[in-house]
Amino acid sequence: MVGLNFKVRTISSLLQAYLTSKTYDNIKLNYSGKFFGKDLYDEVHLYAEKAKAIALMEQYDIIHAHDWLTYLAGINAKELSGKPLVVHIHNTAFDRSGGNPNPLEYEIEKKGFEAADAIIAVSDFTRNKVIKHYGINPNKVFVAHNGIIITDSQFDHSQFKIKEQDKVVLFLGRITLQKGPDYFIEAARRVLEHMDNVKFVIAGKGDMYHSMIERVAHMGLSDKILFTGFVPDEDLDKLYAMADVYVMPSVSEPFGITPLEAIRNDCPVIISKQSGVSEVINHCLKVDFWDINQLTDKIVNVLRYPVLQRTLREHGRVEINKITWDRTADKCIEVYHQVLSKI
Amino acid sequence: MVSICFYFQVHQPYRLGHYSIFDIGKHHNYYNEKHNLEILERVARKCYLPTNNLMLNLIKKHDIKLSYSFSGVALEQFQKYKPEVLESFQKLVDTGNVEVLSETYHHSLSYLYSKNEFKNQVKLHKKKIKELFGVTPTVFRNTELIYTNDLANFIEGMGYKGILVEGSDYMLGWRSPNFLYTPVNTSKIKALLKNYKLSDDVAFRFSTHDWAEFPLTAPKFAQWVSAVNGNGNVVNLFMDYETLGEHQWIETGIFNFLEHLPGELLKHPDNNFKTPSEVINSYDCVGCIDVPHVMSWADIERDTSAWLGNRMQQFAVDRLYSMEKDILASKNKELIEDWRKLQTSDHFYYMCTKWFADGDVHKYFNPYNSPYDAFIVYMNILNDLKYRLTGEKEEIKEELIDKKI
Repeated sequence: MVGLNFKVRTISSLLQAYLTSKTYDNIKLNYSGKFFGKDLYDEVHLYAEKAKAIALMEQYDIIHAHDWLTYLAGINAKELSGKPLVVHIHNTAFDRSGGNPNPLEYEIEKKGFEAADAIIAVSDFTRNKVIKHYGINPNKVFVAHNGIIITDSQFDHSQFKIKEQDKVVLFLGRITLQKGPDYFIEAARRVLEHMDNVKFVIAGKGDMYHSMIERVAHMGLSDKILFTGFVPDEDLDKLYAMADVYVMPSVSEPFGITPLEAIRNDCPVIISKQSGVSEVINHCLKVDFWDINQLTDKIVNVLRYPVLQRTLREHGRVEINKITWDRTADKCIEVYHQVLSKI
Repeated sequence: MVSICFYFQVHQPYRLGHYSIFDIGKHHNYYNEKHNLEILERVARKCYLPTNNLMLNLIKKHDIKLSYSFSGVALEQFQKYKPEVLESFQKLVDTGNVEVLSETYHHSLSYLYSKNEFKNQVKLHKKKIKELFGVTPTVFRNTELIYTNDLANFIEGMGYKGILVEGSDYMLGWRSPNFLYTPVNTSKIKALLKNYKLSDDVAFRFSTHDWAEFPLTAPKFAQWVSAVNGNGNVVNLFMDYETLGEHQWIETGIFNFLEHLPGELLKHPDNNFKTPSEVINSYDCVGCIDVPHVMSWADIERDTSAWLGNRMQQFAVDRLYSMEKDILASKNKELIEDWRKLQTSDHFYYMCTKWFADGDVHKYFNPYNSPYDAFIVYMNILNDLKYRLTGEKEEIKEELIDKKI
């Protein structure tokens, strides 16, 4: 990206990535006054209105909007300027809801896709959803996989107390339907029938947090399956370093960057095939999220054979080197050129 | 005088099914019969039956000579699933123009791990060949042409008069593969060296459109072979039999090429066809070959890294052979047979992680989605084998493993 110039103009808004109605209401408790929307949908429309001023004042060739929260703003900008619109899709209403999309969100997504000159999806998995569920012409839907910044692992696997006796299996992400925490817990139960010295760590929060804790207690496994609650960013690398294997059993994952972060920290990964990231890595174990026996089989074998862990680690680290953000940016620029050439 | 010497490898492994930790101790059905049957049906239709028919016609028309090496596990599967394939090979051998070579019954890497087991498997194979074809092989070829000086010496001790070797550049240097050579530390045995350039022109490059020599025609290839006259005695064309019709599909024109090749080759009065034994009887060795390190015919490296290159593969193969003594001592025929079927080199090939460089070939032949899945299934099965042997489910002791890796 060196040599490219950026200019940023901000809009006062409470919008942030992956916002839901509920989290929006929580954030808003901290603010008062008429400045912000009465609910998330109102906020999205307000943002779109505010974007009009920028759209009229600035000089530009192309408009690029990310996810449904900003699609209306993108559409407004296109209408006012006549410039082409590229919309990026990181996460569809279908992914967020486990297949029963919120109609208001779906409608805005569809509107954005239809108004766009090109759509960039974060994976083929997501591209197919856009085509199938929104009836969009496949010729204008492109894929730019996400990337990762490579750093060296700063923590030594053996420095954690828990490691003296136990193997550690990690789940890290929002505790929501989309991420499949229930599949993780069921696999944990079955693993424990085969092996004793294992701890399962569930890191993160979300709307299924409390029900999952209750379920584990009900199973009598509260001493084996541990919940950390919210984990600050600076502790994430520690968690990965502590784990013998990271599991991402997502039901529907448009991309899924956490497995790459795990690999970066020398932690082997098991990922669901229903994810975009499974399109870019091979040196990992892949399962269908619903196949709990298969997941159990893989967890047990990874824990049982350090040689398997080591082979995954060594090859995984080499493999993620090619998954860079530069590659993602190049793909976006390619799409820009393609769109502009059609004018 | 240039003799053309064909050797074709015929092999099908018993591919394993999806055996998980939940199956350990519950059942011992390790093999994916349906999958194995499907593949055999397909290869029989595309390769074995039509190619055998073609070879029979070429023997009648041009009196060509050729040789095969059959793995015992492939022959078993022909008997079980496709007897007409076996019959068509028997018919070929009955012509007297076809030599059958010796190898390990289970297409194994046993030479590298247990001389005792290796010897057992070569004997089992010899018995099987006698039973099915009525002949006793006198020339040996090891799994994937895996070869070292020691092997030649060992095989000579077992009474063989010839051995097949990859004609690799690093072994030969400036020398030509088109002569017979004597392996170091042997007295009588003769080595036949694969002419890998000409062999691979057919096996790998035949249908490659961006190859400068594409398309390869029978007259052109015959001309290359004839050019050896005056600078060699024999051109050894060694390849997997499945190349004909299965890897190079009928649509590539491979059968048409083969059909016309003998006629083109015999246009040159100094060319003829010989079996490996006939080559050995006809020519003298011109020099010595020295291969202190293990060599094979695979990949660009010509080493064993496709089967033993990563730690998973080394670990799995070590575990397998560490069971030898107890398995054989059990005298349990089924257990011994399962242990031997697990020695087939393909199981280790499926665990290969060299995909970055020459991945395509590996991926094509891999029934698993990943080498890691192959390892997991294999280790689960080894655990069940151990369970049958000792009555105990295995918990791996970590101290042991950590030393290993």
